Amino acid sequence: MFLPECPGHPVEMDSIQSTIPLLACFVSLAAVVPIVLSSRHPNLREAWTFLAGLVKLSLVMTLVPDVLAGKVIEYTLWEILPGVPIQFRVDGLGLMFALVASFLWILTSLYSIGYMRGLNEHAQTRFFAFFAVALCATLGVAFSANLLTLYLFYEVLSLSTYPLVTHHQDKEARIGGRTYLIYLMGTSILFALPALIYAYIKSGGVMDFSTGGFLADRVGPTEATILLILLVYGFAKGGLMPFHSWLPSAMVAPTPVSALLHAVAVVKVGVFCILRVFTGVFGISFLSGIQLIDIVIWLAALTILIGSLIAWSQDNLKRRLAFSTISQLSYIILGAALLNDRALTGGILHIGTHAFGKITLFFCAGAILVATGKKNVSELDGIGHRMPFTMFAFLMGSLSIIGLPPFGGLWSKWFLILGALDSGRFVIVLVLMASSLLNIAYLLPIVVRAFFKTDSSEETDSGLHEAPLACVIPLMVTAMGSMALFFFPNLLLDLASLLATK
Amino acid sequence: MIEQFPIFVLMFPLFGAILVTLLGFWKQRLAFPITLIALGGSLFASVETLRATVEAGDIVYYLGGWPRPFGIEFHIDQLNAIVLLVISTSAFLAGVYSKRTAELETPEKTIPFYILYLLMVTALLGITLTGDAFNLYVLVEVSSLTGYALIAMGSRRAAFAAFRYVIMGTIGASFYLLGVGYLYIKTGSLNMIDIREVIHGADLVQSPSIQVAFIFIMIGLWIKMAFFPLHAWLPNAYSFAPIGSACLIAPLVTKVTVYIMIRIMITVFGADYVFGSLPWSEIVSWLAVIAIIAGSIMALAQTDLRRMLGFLIVAEVGYMVGGAWLANQTGLIGSIFHIVSDAFMTLCLFLFAGIVFLHAGVRRIRDMQGLFHTMPVTMFGFTVGALAMIGVPPTCGFFSKWYLINGGIEAGHWGFVIALLVSSLINAILFFRIIEIAYFEPIDAPDHDGHRKTHGHSGTKISEAPMSMLLPLCVAALSLVLIGLFNHEIVVLIKDFLVSAGMPGPPS
Repeated sequence: MFLPECPGHPVEMDSIQSTIPLLACFVSLAAVVPIVLSSRHPNLREAWTFLAGLVKLSLVMTLVPDVLAGKVIEYTLWEILPGVPIQFRVDGLGLMFALVASFLWILTSLYSIGYMRGLNEHAQTRFFAFFAVALCATLGVAFSANLLTLYLFYEVLSLSTYPLVTHHQDKEARIGGRTYLIYLMGTSILFALPALIYAYIKSGGVMDFSTGGFLADRVGPTEATILLILLVYGFAKGGLMPFHSWLPSAMVAPTPVSALLHAVAVVKVGVFCILRVFTGVFGISFLSGIQLIDIVIWLAALTILIGSLIAWSQDNLKRRLAFSTISQLSYIILGAALLNDRALTGGILHIGTHAFGKITLFFCAGAILVATGKKNVSELDGIGHRMPFTMFAFLMGSLSIIGLPPFGGLWSKWFLILGALDSGRFVIVLVLMASSLLNIAYLLPIVVRAFFKTDSSEETDSGLHEAPLACVIPLMVTAMGSMALFFFPNLLLDLASLLATK
Repeated sequence: MIEQFPIFVLMFPLFGAILVTLLGFWKQRLAFPITLIALGGSLFASVETLRATVEAGDIVYYLGGWPRPFGIEFHIDQLNAIVLLVISTSAFLAGVYSKRTAELETPEKTIPFYILYLLMVTALLGITLTGDAFNLYVLVEVSSLTGYALIAMGSRRAAFAAFRYVIMGTIGASFYLLGVGYLYIKTGSLNMIDIREVIHGADLVQSPSIQVAFIFIMIGLWIKMAFFPLHAWLPNAYSFAPIGSACLIAPLVTKVTVYIMIRIMITVFGADYVFGSLPWSEIVSWLAVIAIIAGSIMALAQTDLRRMLGFLIVAEVGYMVGGAWLANQTGLIGSIFHIVSDAFMTLCLFLFAGIVFLHAGVRRIRDMQGLFHTMPVTMFGFTVGALAMIGVPPTCGFFSKWYLINGGIEAGHWGFVIALLVSSLINAILFFRIIEIAYFEPIDAPDHDGHRKTHGHSGTKISEAPMSMLLPLCVAALSLVLIGLFNHEIVVLIKDFLVSAGMPGPPS
């Protein structure tokens, strides 16, 4: 009755019905049962995590050829609201995110073993169990075919990460966890939920992303702007200022959580949702006709600069990385808000390249904590002599974040700057340049300090004192990974440009 | 056989009550099995009734074979079939649970407890089944009288709380009776469908007597359901009642009264009369906004877990009344669906409150420290209930909120929309406060530098409540998720009911 008018609805796209997206999503949820049951046998317990991780990754990989061939893979469960089913659909954007998240989960699991056992943490079963739930929710978001399914998994992710953030169960964790939930639940209830329902009414009961914007031409310009702002801030995991404070608070979590969830899964779910809002809810072409959308560009630009400046001022290493993440996330939001193909490609690509770079940095921060117990930048003098592998990986990660060759981070910035030029906004180009300089300013001094300053206070013997191998191997792999992304960006680039050129 | 199921729903608990009376005094331990069989039979019959309604449409059952308008009629459509199932499921779960509570709380009054329990269930089911406005009054009084007694069985302060409830309940019942009296004078009938036909057929729509009747009935029901500002009796009554009684009364009584309100509005007066001819809906829905906000804020001020839940019920009643008075189909769907979800949410949370009170001796919120360590399964059930109250998908609370907000936006009633969102946030604060207290170490713990130390609670043993208490809680928690995931099945039935009752959907 209303579908035929929907702009771009009958996109001639081959869709394949398959349960693989469903299985890939829920395999880690299923792993929770054996993980909890084998809580008394740590090695067996971690084996289940690895098994689930490998199965998940290989299921996701089987989807790659079809998606690259321009098909989408769908699976529909049942109708949950009139006209809106719980539905999974794999397209280029979702698949790229799923690939990155499930690949890095395996490495993070290895790292977690080294970290959690190295620090003799309590409640490790709970840790691994909720980690698995969080990954289920992440893939659920990545594969969601409509806004309601997306929201459902988004909320599951907020809740399942709460026990991870508050893992230490002390006063600091209590305060951090409270901020975390207030921001994430508060924004999703106050902003996202009413916007969702309003969108549902306005679209006449459609929430499907595949229509190329189910709200396109169904709302006026002012309505669209208000809805867009509500949704961008409703998905506050994207860290757009001023709703960013939950991320530094979440740094009370054990480092593997900060690494995978607060550099990759959770925050990228936030920007992923925002990308979906731009491309799937409104549609780029519809938004191009609305002047007010520029607000989002300027908010993102401000977040990029202010985030970097705050990062510069932080002494706690993890907090510095957290503010860096806030600033980098807005690159992706910027990529969407510039409303052209190249910027969008750059933004999507940044999900992958930033993930590899930032997870490396967090892994390093955790490795330093495990090996030396140090948390602050000012304590890191001369640490490069004792932890050369870790600090070298830190350098590689930093260079990727800054966006220098030969690291993957170059490509996403490249496309973003091209996109900014395409849109004729030279100020944005300047913002991106300035941000790169700031990245240098807050990341490289750490490396310089580590290698070129000598630690005067402590014993001067520079014997090798690395974190456990289980910590060092993953960070080496991710550091190499961000270099590999420079030479072989094709897979991610192809997947990213699938959405952009549609 | 099938056509007799509606009466079986009622007969099981009624004869159960009689059997308990006769056999219980001879052998006291027979009381619980009889109660359980009666409740189970009733549950089975209501499942079958719902199935029959879905498959074959409305069931009309004339008691004693006397046709309308002379005899009493049971008229079962989708609406009361759903409510029947909610009542019998909830009563069954609370019944299983009451084995332990009856032993612990009222050991010397076990027999009266089960008699009253079964009579109350009978009355609630009867209210839902009947198609006769006066018969409904009688059954409301049966349920209220048994309710007063069940509440008064509790601790010392329960007697006074029950007394207040008696006063307020009686005033409410009088208002209702007066309203029905006016209706009878004007229409000469007590059968609901018959009354509507007379009102609309004999052109009594403009009659002031009919309007007064409607207002009286509504006020009576609002007192009975604790609609703000007529709510003052509820929090004390529910928090001083024995746990076993509270687990039956709290989930069901207010919800069944909301059912009566919707039934009277839709079936007796007709949607076009209620929403069309008079400007009441605006006023009532703003009262609901105040109820939601006030209930939530007062809940925030409570230190006692069950009192907090009591005030939350006041807020939830605001949800349902407000949704029903938005004067559109979506709002009514939300309201009716919320009857289902709120019954199970309240059940889940009261079962939880009972377990922590009887098993861990905790009544106040701040005494709940460390419960995640000692009672992980119980706390899991609570967490699901809490998430449903907040309205996190995919629990049922999310979907009732969805339809209510949707209805609010359709009606352009932004005050109601904002009230619902604010109440969700307050619920989030309320419940995460409890979760925090139960999950974290005490704030004033002597040391928490570093996390390398093994944590304080690792030594404490897990000590869960017995299965007869834990299992109902887990089933209730699970049902919250299942109702949420399969909410569309229920919503389709509600929609069918509303369409056939003259509430068309929004123009698309």
